[in-house]
Order: sequence, then C-alpha cells, then structure tokens
Amino acid sequence: MSKDPRRWLTVKPQGLYCAAGDFYVDPTRPVARAVITHGHADHARAGHGKVLATAETLAIMQSRFGEDCWGSAQAVGFGERIEIGGASVSLAPAGHVLGSAQAVLDHDGGRVVVSGDYKRRRDPTCAGFEPVPCDVFVTEATFALPVFRHPDDAGEIAKLLDSLRLFPNRTHLVGAYALGKAQRVIRLLREAGYDRTIFLHGALEALCTLYEGLGVALGPLEPVAGSKKDKAGEIVMCPPGALNDRWAAGFPDPVTAMASGWMRVRQRARQRGVELPLILSDHADWDELTRTLHDVGAPQVWITHGREEALAHYAQQAGFQAEALSLVGFEEGEDG
Amino acid sequence: MKRFADLMERLVYTGGRNAKLAILAEYFRTTPDPDRGWALAALTDGYETRLLTPAAVRKLAEARTDPVLFRLSYDYVGDLAETTALIWPEAEALPGEAPRLGEIVDTLARTSRARAPQHVEGWLDRLDGSGRYALLKLLMGGLRVGVSARLAKTALAQYGGKPIEEIEELWFGLTPPYGDLFAWLDGRTSAPQVDTSTLFRPVMLANPLEDGELDRLAPTDFRAEWKWDGIRVQLAARDGEARLFTRTGDEIGPAFPDIAGRADFDAVLDGELLVRREGEIRPFNDLQQRLGRKSVTAAMLRDYPAHLRVYDILFRGDRDLRPDPFETRRAELEAFVTGLNRDWLDLSPLVPFDDWDALRAIWDGTREAGIEGLMLKRVDASYTAGRPKGPWFKWKRAPLTADCVLMYAQRGHGKRSSLYSDFTFGCWRDGPDGAPELVPVGKAYSGYTDAELKEIDRWIRRNTVEKFGPVRSVIPEIVLEVAFDSVHPSKRHKSGIAMRFPRIHRLRTDKPAEEADRVETLAAMIEG
Ligand SMILES: [Zn+2]
Ligand SMILES: [Zn+2]
Repeated sequence: MSKDPRRWLTVKPQGLYCAAGDFYVDPTRPVARAVITHGHADHARAGHGKVLATAETLAIMQSRFGEDCWGSAQAVGFGERIEIGGASVSLAPAGHVLGSAQAVLDHDGGRVVVSGDYKRRRDPTCAGFEPVPCDVFVTEATFALPVFRHPDDAGEIAKLLDSLRLFPNRTHLVGAYALGKAQRVIRLLREAGYDRTIFLHGALEALCTLYEGLGVALGPLEPVAGSKKDKAGEIVMCPPGALNDRWAAGFPDPVTAMASGWMRVRQRARQRGVELPLILSDHADWDELTRTLHDVGAPQVWITHGREEALAHYAQQAGFQAEALSLVGFEEGEDG
Repeated sequence: MKRFADLMERLVYTGGRNAKLAILAEYFRTTPDPDRGWALAALTDGYETRLLTPAAVRKLAEARTDPVLFRLSYDYVGDLAETTALIWPEAEALPGEAPRLGEIVDTLARTSRARAPQHVEGWLDRLDGSGRYALLKLLMGGLRVGVSARLAKTALAQYGGKPIEEIEELWFGLTPPYGDLFAWLDGRTSAPQVDTSTLFRPVMLANPLEDGELDRLAPTDFRAEWKWDGIRVQLAARDGEARLFTRTGDEIGPAFPDIAGRADFDAVLDGELLVRREGEIRPFNDLQQRLGRKSVTAAMLRDYPAHLRVYDILFRGDRDLRPDPFETRRAELEAFVTGLNRDWLDLSPLVPFDDWDALRAIWDGTREAGIEGLMLKRVDASYTAGRPKGPWFKWKRAPLTADCVLMYAQRGHGKRSSLYSDFTFGCWRDGPDGAPELVPVGKAYSGYTDAELKEIDRWIRRNTVEKFGPVRSVIPEIVLEVAFDSVHPSKRHKSGIAMRFPRIHRLRTDKPAEEADRVETLAAMIEG
C-alpha cells in the first residue's frame, strides 16, 4: 500500500487538501492555492490566493464575486497538464454546468479524481462527463438513493409546454437555480421548439448574458422589469427562492413550476408549494452514480456531500472499498 | 392507468378550485368508459378495496430491491407507496402496454386477496413512476388529492351542463363505473332512473359562528337548538324498510338495529345519534363503543342503547319538505314526532331566547353531558344540501385546555412527511418511587402554524433522546397548551384517561416543564 493516496490527499477543516502540491480542491474557506471544479457557491468561494480552474469557471466566479475575487488565476483547458509542487493536475469535463470539471490529481504513481458535482446525461449547455480511470474516485452523493431516477429531460419540458396549452392565460413561473439550471431549461425549451421571448428575474440576467458570451445561445430573453400584468401565458424564469416571495405576486394567476431533482419526491415538491414540478437535475441520479463507479473502475471510492450511507453500501456490495468523507460546509444542494 | 396517474399527479399539485375543476372536466372529456367512471369512484370513495396491506407492499418492494437501500429510501421519502413506486426497478422499455384502470378493477374483482399482490407486481412492471404510485395508492386506500366528493360532482355538473342538485339527488342510487350517469351527461340518454325512496339525501351543514358575527344578525330571524355531542345521522324509512346514514351517506343501519329496525313509518328524518341510558344522554365515549362496527351484540344493545334525537324532517310520506322554510318543517316535525310516541326517538327542543345577550348567557352555561354548544337556524331557510353560507350556524362551546409536555414526535403525513409534526404529550403524576413522572395523555397532529412547526421540528432534531423508526423521544422540555373537547376514561392509556379532539393551541415557551398540568387535573374534567 505504499502508493496509498491517503498519504498525500487528506481532509482538513478548509476542505480536501493535496499535501503533495500544497493546494486544496474546492476549499470552503480562503486558502493560498485552490483548484476549483465549478462555479457553484459551495465549491467556488472568493478570497483565495491562487486559483486554478477552467476559463468558464473563472468567468463565472468573477461575475458572481467581482473581478478581484482572488490573488491570481490560471485558466486550464480540458486535458492540459499542470505541475503544482510534486503533484500533477489536469481537468476533465464533469457535465454539471458550464465550465464544470473533474480535478485529476497524479502523484507518486497514484491517481485521484475529484469529480466535484457531475451528471452523465446530455446537457446542451456544457461538455459531457468523461470517465477517467483512477485509483481513488471522489464522488458526490446528492441524489444517492435508488428513489432518485431522473426522467428524460424532453418529457419534463413537455409537461411545461402542456401546462401552457391547458392554462394559456396564466403566467408560468419557473424556479431554477441561477447558475446552470436556468440556462439549461431555456436551452431545452428552445430545442422543444419554444421560440417566444422568455422573461428573466433580475437574479438570472448576468449569468444568462455570461452564458451567451461563452457561446451558449439562449434565444430571445428579456428582463421582467416593469409590468407583470402583461405576462399572461408567458414563461418567466426566476431563482427558486423567488417563487414564494413578494416578487411572485402580481403575475396573472401564476402556475409555479420548479426545475429540480428534488421534485421527484412528492412531499418535497408540495412542501415548496410547487404546482408543476419538473424533475430536471444537474446532478447524477442513482443509476448514473452507480454506473459511474463501474465506468471509472477505481478500487477506492470516497463519497462526499449527500446521502453517503446508501452509496457506500452499494459500492461495498459491488466490491469497491468505499467510505464517506466528511467535508464541512456542503449543504444539501439548492443546485439540485 | 396512464391518464388516471396523470390526473392524480395534477390534482395533487394543483391548489386552486377552478384549476382542479378544469383538470377534472378535461379528464372526463378525454377518457373513455369505464375508466373515467372508476376514477370518479376512486375520487368519491366509491372504490375502496384496501386490497393491498402495507405489509404486502413492503414484501413486494423488498423482494425486488436491496433491503438496506429500501430502508434508507423509505426513511427519506416517508411514505411506503411513494417509496415503492420510486424505487421499483425499471426495465429499459416497459414490458407490454400499461394496464387500463378498468382492466385492473376487473381483474381484482375476480381475484382473492391472497393472490392480488401477484397481479400488482405484474402491473408495477408495466407502469412508469407516477402510474405505480397511483396504482399503489388506489389499492392501499388513501388517495389524497384534495378533491372532495362535492368538488368531483361539481366538475361532473359543469362537464355535463346539469345542475349539481340533480347529480346530488341521484348520486346515492348510482353505482360505479357510472356508465348511465356519463351517458346522461354526454347527452346520449335521459337521466338515470333511480328509486330514491330510501336513498340518502345530501345533508345541510352549518358554518361555524365567527367572532362578532352574531351582532350582524337579527335575533328574530333565527331559532336556536342545542348542538348535541353525538353523530349526525339521517333516517330514511319507507314501507317497513329503514336505512340509517351518516352525514356522508355511509349506511350504518345494520349496526343500529335499535334504530333502523324499529322505524316503521314513512319519513326521512335528520337528527343526532346518541346513547341514552335510564333516560339520560351519555357522553360521546359511550356512543364510541358502538361506532365503527359492522354488527352489534346483545350486551352492547343493553349497555349502550342508541337514541335518535331529531331536529329536521326532509320527507313526510311522499311530501318533499326540503323547499319549505325551517318554520314549516319544524311544525311538521313536531306534529310527526308527537304522533309517533316512541321511546327511542325524541324531538330536539328549541332553546327560547329574547336577544343575543340572553342566548350568550345560555351558551356560557353549556357544559353538560351531551351538549356541545348551540345551533342557529334561519326561520325562512329551505333545506339546502351542502354548506350554504348564512342559514345555519354552529356555535361550539369553548374548549378545555391543559398544559402538557412534549414526549414523543413522529414524522407527519402528506405535506408534513419530512417534518416531525405528530406529537405525543404527557402530564405529571407521582411515579412508583414518589418522584414525579410524565405519562402520555394524548396525541395531536394539527393546530400549529407552519412557522411553529419548523421551529419545533428543528428543536426535536437537536433534542432527541432515542429514535424508534419514525418516532423520536425528546428531552421533556417543551410545554404545549393543548385544547380538547372533553376527557374520558381509557384503559388503553397508561394515564387512564384520553382526550377527545386534542389539538395544539400554542407553545408555552414561558412555562417550565415542571409546571405543566398533572394527570389528576385532567381526570377531574371527566364528565358523566
Ligand atoms: Zn454544483
Ligand atoms: Zn455541490
């Protein structure tokens, strides 16, 4: 076991630490050197010294936290190899949101892949997940229960369009996480042939503009600004939190929809007062998680944020060595 | 089944009444017979099989899944049918066409209870997630989609362009899958012919009297009656045959031969079912001994003799009195009962009063056995099915309250399944060693706001002593003010007492647990 990566990759209060290169992956507190898998708030934070990530992730961080949200930054393309101290780092697509990457860490003849958040199905707004063979695979477990089986995207988008047909005089408010989910829903609507203007809550504007700037075409978009009364029969996108606040009042008899993997469980959907649940997730469902363990083929699996117990049980049954990594600071994802 | 599942799915999530009506009408329009009829039956409690027990569903699920993963999933989802529906392994392509609702109902009608799970397993393989959920809920009972029978009938009325009264009137003479009803609504035939003589007639219900409402009403427009603490029933008697119904139309005559077996007259009466022994009305708990049974023993008839106290008359012979004003019906009722002279049936008297102050004084004094408060009825109001606003009010007496300590919490059902919202609470007594101990005195599910609920939920998770499945015992620290209608003795409870209709009134954050009430205090509230 001389090559056990545990000797050079450990959990510290700040996050997952690579001693061989003296850097962290997705640290939850400011550190001197960080590799960031993607732009979601529980992975990307402001205030690090040196940051290494994809160009898209860096652009997203700047849009969220400001131009000077780090000491210095280095953009890395997929497949490029960077030496940091005694460790070699490269990034591979994770299929989660635009710019999302898996961090591939090599040292001492051993390889660890920190997958960050990922999914396996096609996403028209970002590059698809690529399995990288390794010795240790660090996986998320947001939807790691066999009850989570995300249905086909097209069917969920059809539900929204059907509802527009049945209630042509009601505004359809679609709650979707501002980074990734919102743009994906818009793209999927376009693919389904919906070409009307889609209206945006203020919190989504900057990221939609950024996506367009990075080459993801979203079609005609307009801010809601001003009158809400004339939005009968239109689609209005907003962050999930806005569905239940005062902002949502004033639209004509709104249908509240929410795009999230959590919508799979009825009680969760009803708790949020959602009328039209759309099961659309940027995280791997149970089948994707378990398939990925086999695709990657790492003898050791470390499991982070989510339902570690169930995935660890599955992995052990399937012959992997599996354990839960208790990282601090990861909440049950709103980005579900 | 696909359409039915979609219908269920949409109804579950849809809040607005008009949106629900639109969804139902669309379903009736686009779904063929007999499927739509069976769906209607399911929505109006006309299709209750309870063919699948929770144990049978668990067995099916566990045979097809890893037990550890099933347990973790069930823990998370909190509902057996939903967990099973979601976790059920799915083939790439569904084997064969999805079963139709009518096909499922037919097959089960020809199947023994023991063999039902086998069929269900096959259907689960042919359905998608929402289909599986709808199937399991349908067969386990407990399809809760927020559609009352009344709303379903309103949707039928709108769909067929008929008055809802006509549908209500026929309703209890119709049977699923309602082919004749739909033929009529679709305009293909005339209204179904139904013999209504001993049928249930939809009852008229009262609205609670709101604070200050009395002052907006003229006392001379109203008559007052006692509000009895029994159950509302309708006795429909004709040509020596009599049927006794609950207010929702369930027939309970066979369990009450001391009423239904003695009604040898022609009339439809509205009244309260009570237990009366040696000339005295007994507390509700005595009546409870006779409820929920299919038949009755000689001992029960002797110990808990049933009594009917009538307050309205809907038919006298062939004459439909429902369109007549209250005063006319009352005169008919008094004449009818006086002429009858039976000891198991009497008239609920009017409570005379001059003005609202006088009536309020009477109301303040009502805390006798069997009296729950007052009813106010407009003298000029006809007997209108449903709960019309204005003609009838119920004015319930103030509840009793006690300060109790939260002991156990259980995850709720429905909307609240992820929150600890079902509470068992206790009061103090002296334990065997003389030290004070808490014993459970009741359990309540409702009566708190969502904000309170979240706060308590968080507290429970932080103050758990032990977990037993979905139940947690907690540090005895939170004092709840519990309101209830009455207290009665109970052998099933360690404390020896049980509350009727307990609900959480408020959180007593100001009160330390040691100062909560004692069991003796509650026991002193027992009536009769
Ligand atoms: Zn993420
Ligand atoms: Zn995450």
